[in-house]
Amino acid sequence: MNSELLTEFTYFVLAIFVGIEVISKVPTILHTPLMSGTNAIHGIILVGAIFIAATATSPLQIILGFVAVLLATLNVVGGFVVTDRMLEMFKGRQQPAKPEPK
Amino acid sequence: MNIWLALAYLLAAVLFILGLKQLSNPRGARRGNQTAAVGMVIALLATIPQLHFSTAGIVVTLLGLLIGAPVGAISARRVHMTAMPQMVAAFNGVGGGAAALVAISELLQKGMHPAFELAFPSIFSMVVGGISFAGSAIAFGKLQGLITGTPITYAGQQIVNGLIAVAIVGLAVANLAIASQPILFVPLLALALVLGVAFVLPIGGADMPVVISLLNAFTGLSVAASGFVLNNFALIVAGTLVGASGTLLTTLMSQAMGRSLANVLFGAFGQIQAGAGGAAATAEGKSVRSGSPEDVGTMLAYARKVIIVPGYGLAVAQGQHALKELADELEKRGVEVEYAIHPVAGRMPGHMNVLLAEANVPYEQLKEMDEINGEFPSTDVALVVGANDVVNPAALNTPGSPIYGMPILNVDQAKNIVFMKRSMRPGFAGIDNELLYDPKTIMLFGDAKDSLTKLVAAVKTA
Repeated sequence: MNSELLTEFTYFVLAIFVGIEVISKVPTILHTPLMSGTNAIHGIILVGAIFIAATATSPLQIILGFVAVLLATLNVVGGFVVTDRMLEMFKGRQQPAKPEPK
Repeated sequence: MNIWLALAYLLAAVLFILGLKQLSNPRGARRGNQTAAVGMVIALLATIPQLHFSTAGIVVTLLGLLIGAPVGAISARRVHMTAMPQMVAAFNGVGGGAAALVAISELLQKGMHPAFELAFPSIFSMVVGGISFAGSAIAFGKLQGLITGTPITYAGQQIVNGLIAVAIVGLAVANLAIASQPILFVPLLALALVLGVAFVLPIGGADMPVVISLLNAFTGLSVAASGFVLNNFALIVAGTLVGASGTLLTTLMSQAMGRSLANVLFGAFGQIQAGAGGAAATAEGKSVRSGSPEDVGTMLAYARKVIIVPGYGLAVAQGQHALKELADELEKRGVEVEYAIHPVAGRMPGHMNVLLAEANVPYEQLKEMDEINGEFPSTDVALVVGANDVVNPAALNTPGSPIYGMPILNVDQAKNIVFMKRSMRPGFAGIDNELLYDPKTIMLFGDAKDSLTKLVAAVKTA
């Protein structure tokens, strides 16, 4: 195991704990937006997709790169937008709820 | 790695973590999503200048971005609130597909016999990404109604699925140990896709949110593996965060339905046949009382207390505004109106809160299950609008039922029950509801929005 791999493995293990810790308590109504939000975050694969598209040489790799960039872009853009739309609804609900103490 | 790139990735990772933290609290949820989006933009902007693009590389990257971004944004903007779960499934699936493609391309690049630390994460990413892609496609099909929502099962299904999984592991080991030849990836990828399909088919439509959440975690892990392949810190951290939090979220979601994750994933086997047989027996020989909107309208108008139980049928009919109008009309007459929100009413947790908020239903009237269940005995009319499984007493008293153990709204304790449904068809779980045949139940057949509009008119003249 070289040192770079060891470092990467360390990040990996630490990220597991952070990932679990950070969402320990989620109210039920936020389950779906949270799922959708994490869904957008794994759209980071777009960085990898652009990486392979940039360095592609053979026709096969160019095609793979194109499809990967396309799919990853859908993931990122669609993911964040759809999450925002879900959460937009919550905002509208909380504002009228606050002024009337009941 | 360039130091600025490393720092930019660190910043992006911090923003992802902060975003997730905010997303798990109703107050900052929307800001959390935006925080994560900023992290994503930073990661992308920092990466692009570091790459040495070939001409073809620039063209395909721009083409992919320029097609993908508007298509993603527009479809996410246009989708109906009711169709959101399948939209999330679709976006998740394409992410898994992208991760698999990145791994495949990188393997091709490295040629024959890549080092183990490259080959292992590549194969992992390809297989898990492939499962996520195919599984999400089936989840999408089930929610969109392209494939039946009821579980598709056959004898020995578990064994077949198990064998596919074993074959994948065997082929992966062979690939790693003997010869990593590109030709061997083809059957491996094909098997992963088959497993994705086979694993989601037997799961009922009502459980799809849990499945999508699990596949979301899969995609995260696949992305993390791709990060190991490309030695990319941002991919490793972001992918792992999603993999870990997604796994936890999946278990939380199944807990909200009162079930274990294993029961959700494998529970359809055997039980469903028993359930279906029992349902057929109850459906025959029992009579149903159906009423006119005028009957129901009068009943509601002279009730003291009405609890509305909204479900997916309301969402499909886009009847939330008509429902609000009915509630307003009743309140004008002095009727006490509350909404009982089951945690998994609709197609996804929180679905009903979102829909009713859209129709400006006051937050205080939305009652969660535990809060309102004690009020049903003192309720004159429980008005069930397009819901079924979440009020089915079989969850409490029929141990063989697929939904047995799921907490339900105790509508059966109300003095009168009105079911607004399009037909006698069972709910999403595919099982019959004995409450429909109860003597104190009145059925009001028809599209929820139409019926609600008629009810408003009936209440006005009552």
